[in-house]
Amino acid sequence: MEIVLAIIIGLLFGFVLQKTGAANPQLIINMLRLKNFHLMKAILTGIGLSSLLLFLLMTVGLFDASHISIKTAYLGVIIGGGILGIGWAISGFCPGTGVVAAGALRKDALFFILGGLAGAFLYTLIFGYIKSGFLFDKIGGGKATLANTGIEKYIALIPTVSPLVVAGSIGILLLIVAKLLPDER
Amino acid sequence: MKNLLHEELWDWKTSGIALGIVFLIAIVFVKPIGVSTQFVIFDGIVWSVFDNDLITKDATAAKGYSSTNEYLNKGGGKYAKSIAKPINYSFIFVISMVVGGLLAFKLQKVKPHKEELTCPTVWSNKFGKSSAKRYFVVFLGGALALFGARLAGGCTSGHMMSGMMQTSLSGYLFAFGAFALAIPVAILIYKK
Repeated sequence: MEIVLAIIIGLLFGFVLQKTGAANPQLIINMLRLKNFHLMKAILTGIGLSSLLLFLLMTVGLFDASHISIKTAYLGVIIGGGILGIGWAISGFCPGTGVVAAGALRKDALFFILGGLAGAFLYTLIFGYIKSGFLFDKIGGGKATLANTGIEKYIALIPTVSPLVVAGSIGILLLIVAKLLPDER
Repeated sequence: MKNLLHEELWDWKTSGIALGIVFLIAIVFVKPIGVSTQFVIFDGIVWSVFDNDLITKDATAAKGYSSTNEYLNKGGGKYAKSIAKPINYSFIFVISMVVGGLLAFKLQKVKPHKEELTCPTVWSNKFGKSSAKRYFVVFLGGALALFGARLAGGCTSGHMMSGMMQTSLSGYLFAFGAFALAIPVAILIYKK
């Protein structure tokens, strides 16, 4: 059953990324150059809306909280994000959109994937040497969220306010920014 | 509906709503979307063809598998297990994304120019139409993107979209790191 869901949701995600233009390096690069905000508006809408609906479903009890999965916050998240940012800016692809672009018959995306496999392999080889270093110093306690998920292993940074209010306010804020951003500059 | 299937590019509102719904469906039915781990799994599958000792069944490991490589052995051998059993949710999900991209492209009424599929206009305006140059730089970009994603423990999908959806601190930190470098680098490299 899980494999059937993997096929269906994977198909949907790939289809949507292509249709939103996220798999088009022209739109990615022009977003990062602050010239064309189509994708920025779409991404902010996507995050804002899904967050709002997720915490709404959680509040009314229609969401299985065991599906929540929070990644650890550590220094390497920011630095790794920065390194990814450089690769993202020069190529116009990120890991997910590169895979979709290859499906949409972009030849350059194949080289992104080959490079990606090489980069991931390099990390696999050096991990043993860096794993106990400062890069993995936790931030904010590690697995932390702003809204209280009600799950004990995750730290809530704003524990006293209702999670729907916290996530909902951030979600609505993101939706407003998406609406206010101009299409082009 | 027909229009949405054949359009080359959805407007930002439709795009955003569709993205939001897909991320929501994924977490409601299975788990948050993530992509970059599967590059490691693919590497591991290829590697294990050449090195029979790389992944072994190990009853003492939390996930039942262990590896001679420290990274693949991490988390009780969860990567080792995925390499030994590639027919799992996360790996099939990413393979399926390729097909989704192809399907969307095939349904498009208007196709981009062939050259555009190798070098986007913003690239050829600055660096010309040599595909070899573009391939080399994209390869380098891919290597940086995936090295960075593995150090961060996730990429734009897993950290930024799925993370910020759950109001995860790591998601905001990742987005900050990624945009803080991506924006100046893009502006500098592609300056007219």
